[in-house]
Amino acid sequence: MSNVPLAPEQASTIAPKIDLVLYVLTGLSAFFLFAVCAILVFLAIRYRKGTKVNRVIENPDAKALELTWTIIPTIMGIAVFVWTALVYFEYSRPPENAMEILVTGKQWMWKIQHPNGKREINQLHVPLGVPVKLTMTSEDVIHSFFVPVFRVKRDVLPNRYSDLWFEATKTGTFHLFCAEYCGTDHSRMVGQVVVMEPEEYELWLSGANVGVPAASAGEKLFTKLGCVTCHEGTSPRGPALKGVFGKEVQLQTGEMIVVDEDYIRESILNPQAKLVAGYPPLMPTFQNQIREQDLFTLINYIKSMSDEQNAKSGTTS
Amino acid sequence: MSTVAIAPESALMPKRHYANVRHSVASWLLTTDHKRIAILYLVSITLFFAVGGFFAMMVRLELLTPKGDLLDGDTYNKMFTLHGIIMIFFFLIPSIPAVLGNFLIPLMVGAKDLAFPKINLFSWYLYIIAGVVAVTALVKGGVDTGWTFYTPYSSTYAKTEVFLAVSAAFVAGFSSILTGLNFIVTIHKMRAPGLTWFRLPLFVWAHYATSLIQILGTPIIAITLVLVAVERIWGKGIFDPSLGGDPVLFQHMFWFYSHPAVYIMILPGMGVISEVITCFSRKRIFGYEFIAFSSLAIAIVGFLVWGHHMFVSTQSTYAGMVFSFLSFLVAVPSAIKVFNWTATLYKGEITFEAPMLYAFGFIGLFTIGGLTGLFLAAMATDIHFHDTYFVVAHFHYVMVGGMVMGFLCGIHYWWPKMTGRMYPPLLASIAAALVFVGFNCTFFPQFVLGYLGMPRRYHEYAQEFQVLNVMSTAGASILGLGYFIPGVYFIWSLFWGPVAGPNPWHAKGLEWQTTSPPPTFNFEEDRPIVVEEAYAYSIEGAESVS
Ligand code: HEC
Ligand code: HEM
Ligand SMILES: [Cu+2]
Ligand SMILES: [Cu+2]
Repeated sequence: MSNVPLAPEQASTIAPKIDLVLYVLTGLSAFFLFAVCAILVFLAIRYRKGTKVNRVIENPDAKALELTWTIIPTIMGIAVFVWTALVYFEYSRPPENAMEILVTGKQWMWKIQHPNGKREINQLHVPLGVPVKLTMTSEDVIHSFFVPVFRVKRDVLPNRYSDLWFEATKTGTFHLFCAEYCGTDHSRMVGQVVVMEPEEYELWLSGANVGVPAASAGEKLFTKLGCVTCHEGTSPRGPALKGVFGKEVQLQTGEMIVVDEDYIRESILNPQAKLVAGYPPLMPTFQNQIREQDLFTLINYIKSMSDEQNAKSGTTS
Repeated sequence: MSTVAIAPESALMPKRHYANVRHSVASWLLTTDHKRIAILYLVSITLFFAVGGFFAMMVRLELLTPKGDLLDGDTYNKMFTLHGIIMIFFFLIPSIPAVLGNFLIPLMVGAKDLAFPKINLFSWYLYIIAGVVAVTALVKGGVDTGWTFYTPYSSTYAKTEVFLAVSAAFVAGFSSILTGLNFIVTIHKMRAPGLTWFRLPLFVWAHYATSLIQILGTPIIAITLVLVAVERIWGKGIFDPSLGGDPVLFQHMFWFYSHPAVYIMILPGMGVISEVITCFSRKRIFGYEFIAFSSLAIAIVGFLVWGHHMFVSTQSTYAGMVFSFLSFLVAVPSAIKVFNWTATLYKGEITFEAPMLYAFGFIGLFTIGGLTGLFLAAMATDIHFHDTYFVVAHFHYVMVGGMVMGFLCGIHYWWPKMTGRMYPPLLASIAAALVFVGFNCTFFPQFVLGYLGMPRRYHEYAQEFQVLNVMSTAGASILGLGYFIPGVYFIWSLFWGPVAGPNPWHAKGLEWQTTSPPPTFNFEEDRPIVVEEAYAYSIEGAESVS
């Protein structure tokens, strides 16, 4: 019996913070539960039929009592709420400098792609002490990426990107689970997260199975799929994509929209949905023609064009 | 005391009562008597409880070992799905309202029947039609979407009988809407002279709040389920993004009903507890208005917290904060009730009959269930607990520890009224203790499992989760026994139980002022007139000074 764990390891920066909320909630709950049970048992024994005790109720000030036990739990609840909301905020905001890894969920496996193009399945290698942001999408139904020792979980949706970030604080091999029911082998949609020392991770990254780095692979795709014909060159028929990521563009409806992963994704798969102001609806749809991972590569490429831009403008100014 | 003539003690068992006026099968199947309809419901939900229980047993047996060796993945998925659908739509939602509420509300308000007796019968038929459709789905191969029917899995990917299952839930919903409507009209229009709103038993208040939720919430789930069917059959894009839909929209619509629905599954239980606690401590309820209004508060705020099921669904952070905040608030009215029940014991004259034991069990287990709800309402901890066994433990504590306990409590309390006979009291107390112990052994380990990270709906699991799962399965067998025993002695009691008389517990309330079992039109004499508040219990030599 001694090998029954009662708590999962804490292996990320957020884990101790979440656990602290948990301990405090457990403490408060145990106190309330104990108080209610103790009073209940005490009253039940003391006032059981047949005992000779004073049963005359003298002018009970019921209102004051009611207000006390309404207001005190309310205040405690609000206090816990504020605190837990702050912790949640941290969890929901990936740091700017996070390393980005793509996760694609699919019945019933996890496909991972590292920044240098290296791919793996049902395994996620990450460096210790480096914030990692996962950009996740699904090829079919909803899944949910769950690493108990990191205390993080986020649904993985089809046709949309969701992100999740963590910073590992312990090396080792940990469970990765799919937490959203997704059909027959839901319980086999599991894998491992391997946390390594950063140097080891670099070594691992450059080891076998290295793909083409995302950026140059992106450039190839951009040419192969014909995006260049409209988006680059001397007389482009579509808007220039350099530097567009992270900026606002105006749509034909007059609405302003920030260019992010989801927007680019939609622009490629369903270009007519949001037309850029001043351009005709020329762009063909690439729905069902691009694999999920290539789509991500393209998006990364468009992003990288923007990074170069930003870097340049950064040095000149 | 109200001014109702109590049947003379000699006429302990009336010769003619609602159950024996006629004997033919047709006289039951075509009855419009709310009491007979309640019995029809009692028999039907008990059957469904047994079927749902069988599926639960299969699930627990499979989980004895980490490998999926008893059932294959698809079968396991069907087992937990059918367990959930049957227990929720065919047992819990109708349990207390359609059985006890149906039987007692007209009696408690001093009426001859519900406002619309034929609609009442129609509700039961809808329920049965829904049941037949559900059983058809089961026989044709089952469903594997989980009771939550999340899209796009349910609408596009599942290859099982989703359409039939969804139709079953849809039709059952209408049964529930009509019952709610019937209760609301009855409570508004048919109260006996002198029975003002604030003299109503809290059981009636609880059902009033429940009915509001049923009427306002159930149409939403009906629409949602129709949309799933439309997408599944005609391929119209509503929830499936590859057809242009939005899968998260489904979750919003589903929980907009299903969160309030969890209160459909607890408020009636709370109503039962208020009746039983007062009777066996011979006390007026403490804080009548607070309990009554907390039911309404739950019904209203309960409609505004659905997003707490979706903190990790990519719902916006700010929406999440609002939902989290309101979820903390919705726990307060539940806490108020627990405090008031406890305070009711103060200076009472307490006895420990079986219904009272169940009521104590309810308070303990519901408190744990409600408190763990806070762990899930807190966003920071919910990101870890969501979709793990912690959630499974939480909702079983409230729904089984709460509502099923409440149902058993109520059945034990009103059984003599419904049948005119008693059950063996010692055996009943032993069963109550078994249920309590078995329940905790089954579900407490699941809190730890959830914390360790075991996801729910897993057919195979990691080795280190085994010990706790074995404990849980062992507990479930005790729990099963605890549920089985009452089944046996209730049937025994029907034939050989000692005659109970009109008011074996010396309880207040109009339902106790007629014979047991009551005559077809409930009260032999004229309508009762009420001249005092509910729970006007008094203990000899201890008249309240206030
Ligand atoms: C036939 C010409 C054509 C081709 C080929 C084409 N596009 Fe476009 N694209 C356009 C036009 C015109 C627009 C502006 C109207 C609109 O929003 O659809 C546009 C808009 C966009 C936008 C939105 C830009 C902004 O500033 O908001 C993105 C991103 C984009 N295209 C990416 C791609 C990618 C990636 C490919 C290759 C897979 C591609 N396009 C191929 C013509 C084209
Ligand atoms: C006392 C206040 C309560 C609070 C604050 C609360 C909170 C929550 C939260 C936040 C969740 C979502 C957890 C998640 O999926 O991550 C949840 C799940 C659930 N709760 Fe409660 N709850 C309370 C009472 C109840 C009651 C009274 C019932 C039923 C009688 C109930 C039944 C359920 C069910 C069925 C689920 C899970 C549904 C599913 O995913 O299948 N809860 N609760
Ligand atoms: Cu899954
Ligand atoms: Cu809820």
